[in-house]
Parts: sequence; structure tokens; C-alpha cells
Amino acid sequence: MLGTIGDRLPKSDDELLTLDDYQSSVPRWCTGCGDNGILTALQRLCRDEDLPREKTVFVSGIGCSSRFPHYMNTYGFHSLHGRAIPVAEGIKIRRPDLNVFVNTGDGDCCSIGTAHWIHAIRYNMDMTVMMHDNRIYGLTKMQASPTTPKGQKSNTSPRGAYLDPMNPLSATLGVSNVSFVAQAVDWIPDLFYEIITQAFHHKGFSFIGILQRCPNYLPTIFDPWLEDTNKTQILTHKDGIQLDPSLANIYRNQLEHDPSDINRARELACNEDIVPVGILYRNDDVPCYEDVRAPDRIYTPEIIEREFNKELDNFTVETAG
Amino acid sequence: MLETSSATKKKGKSSKGKAKSAKGKQAEELKGHIVEVVSDSGEGAQKCGQSFATIGAKMGNGIWTVEIIPAEIQPPARSIEGASGIRIRMGSYYVTNGGDEADLVVAFNEQVLLGRVRYKELKKGCIILLEDKWRSDADPEIAKQYQETYDQLISDGYRVCEIPMEVECLKYVADPTRGKNMFVLGLLVNIYSQELQMARDQISFIFAKKSAKVISSNIQLLEAGYEWAEENLDFKFNVPSAGITEPQIVVNGNTAVGLGVMASGMEICAMYPITPATSASHYLSDVFESVGGMVHQAEDEIAACCFAIGSSYAGKCAVTITSGPGYSLKQEGIGLAVMGEVPLVVVNVQRGGPSTGQPTKMEQGDLLAAVFGSHGDAPKVVLAPSSMEDCFYSIIAARKIAETYKTVVVVLTDANIATAQQPFTRPKFQRDWLAPPIDQSPVPEGVDPYDWDAETGLAPRFIPGRPGGMHTLTGLAHDRGSRVAYDPKVNQEGIQHRSLKLATFQKTLKPPTVYGDEEGDLLVVGWGSTKGAIEEAVQRLRDEGKKVSSLHLRFLQPMATGIKEVLERFEKVMTVELSWCDSYDDGVIDVNNRRYSNLAWILRGRYLIDVDCWCEVKGQPIKPGSIERVLREKLSS
Repeated sequence: MLGTIGDRLPKSDDELLTLDDYQSSVPRWCTGCGDNGILTALQRLCRDEDLPREKTVFVSGIGCSSRFPHYMNTYGFHSLHGRAIPVAEGIKIRRPDLNVFVNTGDGDCCSIGTAHWIHAIRYNMDMTVMMHDNRIYGLTKMQASPTTPKGQKSNTSPRGAYLDPMNPLSATLGVSNVSFVAQAVDWIPDLFYEIITQAFHHKGFSFIGILQRCPNYLPTIFDPWLEDTNKTQILTHKDGIQLDPSLANIYRNQLEHDPSDINRARELACNEDIVPVGILYRNDDVPCYEDVRAPDRIYTPEIIEREFNKELDNFTVETAG
Repeated sequence: MLETSSATKKKGKSSKGKAKSAKGKQAEELKGHIVEVVSDSGEGAQKCGQSFATIGAKMGNGIWTVEIIPAEIQPPARSIEGASGIRIRMGSYYVTNGGDEADLVVAFNEQVLLGRVRYKELKKGCIILLEDKWRSDADPEIAKQYQETYDQLISDGYRVCEIPMEVECLKYVADPTRGKNMFVLGLLVNIYSQELQMARDQISFIFAKKSAKVISSNIQLLEAGYEWAEENLDFKFNVPSAGITEPQIVVNGNTAVGLGVMASGMEICAMYPITPATSASHYLSDVFESVGGMVHQAEDEIAACCFAIGSSYAGKCAVTITSGPGYSLKQEGIGLAVMGEVPLVVVNVQRGGPSTGQPTKMEQGDLLAAVFGSHGDAPKVVLAPSSMEDCFYSIIAARKIAETYKTVVVVLTDANIATAQQPFTRPKFQRDWLAPPIDQSPVPEGVDPYDWDAETGLAPRFIPGRPGGMHTLTGLAHDRGSRVAYDPKVNQEGIQHRSLKLATFQKTLKPPTVYGDEEGDLLVVGWGSTKGAIEEAVQRLRDEGKKVSSLHLRFLQPMATGIKEVLERFEKVMTVELSWCDSYDDGVIDVNNRRYSNLAWILRGRYLIDVDCWCEVKGQPIKPGSIERVLREKLSS
């Protein structure tokens, strides 16, 4: 942080943190919940990037996925339903030194928190946002979410969900200032790790839609993609994901996609049957709100006093007595 | 100097109520006067009135101004509801409120004036300076309206002086609709024996960003108005100085809030546009960056609150500024800040409610929402400034309290002090007003983020960046380590300690000061912007020997020690508030169903004293005269 040479010296093995160092307590998610894999990937990311635990904040809303920060041995802010993003923005605005991550769900982000999500894309603040999309409300026990497929039965749609689902990727790609959009699936951990790493390194609002299995309420919803690997289309590019040969053998449906091509990204995002996985869009040139609004210097009490008194001068009347 | 122009007297058009010659007129000395300037929206009545008030302040007068604001941006011209303007109360004493009825009104048309008449804002026989161009308007309907109104005003006993404002202005400018207000300023400067040079300086100041031509043309109009009054009006007043000698600053309450934010060392103000709070954020947006701060206009009220909470959690205490409906939306966020013990300052510039209510009008209906709002037990500090000066210092205090007690501090102002102006002694900046730098030191081993002190309820503050302090702040019930509570005892422990914090803070509050004697027949209790009007009413009765006193509460939650003892020393106790209470005059109302005004509920509940209440919810500043009448009734009941 201080930028001294000492900060950049390689650390000895003893100084390096392990996966365990980033774990605070045993997760209480259901067995088989996709969130467990996401947690492991994030702990791995923190370890591999050597993120100081005190300089890292995981912010979440409410829902199963929003329990995430409790299991990270970093700072965390488990906020209100839908409000993770504005809290994270508030944290980041004057603390560029903090690594900010957001965990949110399909209900938290795409329903109650929609306004914040859409506007956060515009603000383009430097944070990594993971939208755990299990297509159902879990914590409140199986209500249809905005991404629940039409026809899917739930406690609030006992005869099947009435509407076509929302497409969070298309929505994100439709907002001005969008700077990073990716899709990942919890069942290909190595690829997920690759994507989250790139998202973390992108300076700006990195939005990752994560298809995440809910073993309790919708255990079979992603089965078609698990069973037929050709229904998953891996987006590869020299500026995006380069598939490991072992994975390339399994996921043969690969598409060379240039992440700078937003129109192509929008087309791909609309693909409902063949799920694109990888980096849909990236633009490193979008300014970040915290930089646009950053103070131009350090404001010492002396400066504040001087400026405040100058301001008072504008309203001061010298009385004749 | 005032008499020198008489030699070059122009012959004014003769009309009723106006003297042909003003030679040798003597300025009548007054203790105080209430002046109103009303026009269609956009004709500059407010600029005129504010300049007049500023000159008054410079001359050492006590001043209080009240804006007269229509609800729409461009209300229909020449309409009763479209009246836009300003009231200026000036005195040879410290003025604390807008007063009763006006003594002199300048009206740019008779329709906007009619509104003031109907709302009973004008004193019987008050002087009216009326633009007379409508008399000969090309539209016969307008000319007829004018004539009828004029006749009515005369028969009602008002002293109407018709003034050819536009005709006079046309001698100097091509478009008299712009600049007429400076002609009117000239009239007022003359009538109130203000120094013409001060008015010229004021014009140079307010048009500083405009060209020299604009300034000189406006000064010309000012001088023309001054001359015209000198030549044609047969009266002149003088309101002697109140003896105020210290430099004053003239601001409205919202600007005072903005200045308070600047001086408090806060760095983030998150807001969403809402009337009547917005002007505070407008002001801050203009100046906050000069001290390293920023205004974040969020996508909605909820986001504004959460953004402020996030930045408070990771840095210095932040503020969010709003009004009633926005305050309702922030309630969940406020609960989160209470639960997580994140410092937060929330300013609620109250307006008429519920729902959209009366956005530009004043009311004090949000006290209970502030004290008890958010679901569950959500203790927070609530304070209400009673003047512009108090707005300024309250924000500085609020930031300190919020950070010291890791709590939410709600500052309740209202549309009255938000837009009214009153000079107060120029603050002398103190470095200790500023928030200290954020603590980034390592957390000592074995200390938990919610290590509540058993006596005070206080816990340390772990700001991200502090090594060893890693924890997850949560809105869920949590233990000392901020871990989700599964043990029922843990929830009780958390609630207990958050409540203790408030009691600990309460111990630091100064005992209340009674206005008037410490005991007597009737005590009036008030809070917020009504202080000046209540004390003025009380003083009038005290001058007659009545045993009436008043008590004004700045801290509404918690309340200072000693209030109960004060209440007990009076035969009768009542609150005067701008929040609804049922009246026994309504047949259906009895002791079983009466709903009380906000503060009365609290006082009755806390002190087990039969506190009565009286309210007015007309959206207008409460008049000392109205309070006086109520107190008389209460004394004799």
C-alpha cells in the first residue's frame, strides 16, 4: 500500500497465506450447493494474488449466496436484501486500496436490487461482482426468481412460472459504460477460476453471471448442460480464456470470440439453449467513478480551514452596528 | 441626503393613496416591520427581498426571511396559487421568526396579492405597493379583475399605493419585466431609510458573474426606484439597528447544513433529489470538493443511504440528506446502520406528509418516525435544530456523536428553516470540528469487533484495513465476534448493549433551560423551527404578567435529565407542534381515541405527565399571534 520497495519483495513461504488462512468458518450451505465451489475458487484467488486479508472486503446482500462473506477470513459486509452494490460503492469510493468483491444472487441482484445493479454498471467502480444465479429463491424456500424458467413450478408459481425469464447478461450488456461481462458455471471449477481471475484483474465493474446449482430446490435444472457438454459453448480468445487441453477435450464446442466486440457479445448473451461460458465483453478504457470523483490532493485541516473561511466570506455581512 | 432630490421632483401620476409631494417627510421610527414582496414566479421577487434583507442585516437589523414558494416551477401567471416571493421581518432586536401579519407588501400584480389577503397574511390597513399597469391592460378581463380587486382592497381599508413600475423601468431598459425587481428594491431602500450605496454594492455583488452593463443597468433601476419613492410617497420608516456589531453570515437552514457538513470533516454526502432538502445538496455539490468532499447523487434514496453506510464503514462518517418520503425509504438502511453500529448522519428536512403531502411546505410530522422508525428496536440519536445557526452546529455535533457512539444520528430540520434566512454570528472555525483520520492500526489480539462494554454499551470500531480486525459486519443478530447468532441469549445481549449506548450518551446532555420562570401556570414545550415563534408568544403573555414559560428541546432522543422536574413545576403543560393532534372540539374525540402530536406522545409516555398539545398543519410558518391565542385559551381553561 505504501508503495515501498519492501512491499514488492518476494515473500518467503512462511509469509505466504494458505487457503485455510482465508477461511473463517465452515460454510453452512447445503451439501452439493454450487456456492461451496465458488467459495473455494475465491479463497484460491486471494491466496494466489496474495491479497492482504485486511485490505479485502466481501460485500453481500441477503440470500443463500450472501452468506459468502461470513466464510471468508477477510473483512465482510453482509448488508440488506438487494443493497450489496451501493454499500460496496460506498466502501470503494474513498478506499481505492481495498479489494472489493460482491456476492449477490438472482433475486438479490435482478429483482430487489435491480436499480443498483443497472446503475452500478454506469458508475463502473472497480469491484468484482459475482451473481450466483441458481434460478430460484433458496433462503426463503423456493419462490420463482426473475431468472426462473417459464413453466417452472415453485411455491409462488405452483402451476408453473408465468413469464419468460430475464437475461441478466443481455441486460448488463445493454447499459452504457459496461466494462466487463462474463459467464461462468460452478461445475467447471478450473474455468471458473480462470474467469474470476480475469474479472479481478479488470479495473472496473466486473460482472460475472454464475450458473450455480441448488441441490435442494432445483436439483436438475442445469442437467441438460451437465449431460451434454456441447450445450456449453466456451468463448476463447487470446484476450479472453484459453482453454486447457484437458478441458478442451471435454468441451469441444468452442468459439473464438473477441471480448472487445460488444455487438457479438450481445448476440451470444441472448443464446438460451447453448450457454456461452467465458468473457463476453471487456473494455479497459471506461473510466471508474471513484477516479472521476477522486480528490485532487490531500486535504489537510489547514486547507479545509482556509477553504471553509473563504466560503463563509461569501455570506458574511459586516454590520454597521 | 434623503431630501436632496426634492428640488428635481418629477410629477408623479396622481392616484388614490399616494401623495403628490413628499417634501419634508420625516422617517417614522419603528421597532420592527414585516415586508413582503410577491410576484409571478420568475419575476425576481425573492432576489429583491433577499437583497433588501441583506442590506438590513448590514445596517445591524435583526432579520428573518421566509420564502413564499408556489408548488410548480412555472405556475400560471397572475394566479393566486402562483404567488412567489418572500417575507422579510426586520427589527431593531434579534428576530427569531417570520412574525404575524405583514405591514407592507409590494405586489407585481393584484392576483398574487389576493392570495396573501385570502390567507390572512396581511395586517389590517397594511400598506400595499401595487404595480398599476394592469389597470389599462389590453385584455378587458384583466383590467376588470384589477379594478375589482383594487376597489375591494380600498374598501377593506388597505392603504394601496399604485405604482407604475414597468412604465418607470421602461425609461431605462427595453424589457421592464426583467429588472423590475431592482426598481422595487430601490423603493424599499428608500422607504426604510437604508443606505443607497449599500444597495449599489449589493447589486454589484449579486450580479458579480454578469457583465458590467448588467450591473450598471440594475443600479440605474435601483436608483430610479429610490428616486420614485422619494418623490412620490408620503411615508418613510426607519428601523434602528439592533446593535449587532459582530460579523454575521446570512444563510438559510439548508446552506447552514451544507456549511456544517463542510466544517465537520465528513467527506461523503450521498443523496437523491427531493424537495425541500435538495438545496442543501445543491450547495454542497458546488462547494464540497473545495474541502475534499463529494456529493454522490445516487440512483435512489435507498442507494444513497447504503452508499453513505458503506463509506462510513470503510472511512469517515458520511451523511445522507433527504425529506419525508426519502426518509421512509431509508428506514431499512438506518436499521442496518443501527444493527451494525456504523456511524451515520441522516438529515431529514421535514415537509408535509404523509405520502407526497406538501413538498414545499413545513411540518414536523417525522419525529416519531425518527425516534422509533425502522423495524425492531433501533435506538438512534435524534436532534432538531431551531435556527440556521443551530443547523450549522448540529451537523458538527451529529458527526461527532455518530462516530463516538457508533450510531445513527438523525437531524430533523424542516421546510421553514431550510428556506428561511437569518443572520447569525460568523462561526470561528475550530480544527477539532473535523473528523480524525481513520484508524488503520492493528487490532490488539483478543479484541472482538463487538466487545461491548458492560457499562456503556460501547464497542471498538474495526475499519477495513486494520490488520487482525477481519470480521463480517452483518444485519443479522450477531455475537461479539460479529458471527451470526444462533443462541437466543446473543440477540438479547446485542439489543441490550445498543440501547445502553444511548443511555450513556444521554449522560452527556446538558440540562434543559427554561425560557421564563422555572415554575408557573403553563409550560409550552416545543422542538425544532418553532422556537422563535413560541418564545415570542410566551414573552407577550409574560409582559402582561402571565405565568407562562417555555421549554425547547434540541435532543429528542435521548432526552436530557431534568425535563420531568421542569414539567412538574407547572400547573399545565402543553406542546405546540406542527404535527397533527386531534382536538376535543371534534365530537368523536375523547380521551380514548385522541391522537397526540409527536412530541406530546413522547413526553406523556416518558414522564407520565398529562401533556396536552396544540397543532397547526397548514404548511405555513406558525405565527406568534396564533400561539398567543392558544396559550390564552389554555390559561383560562
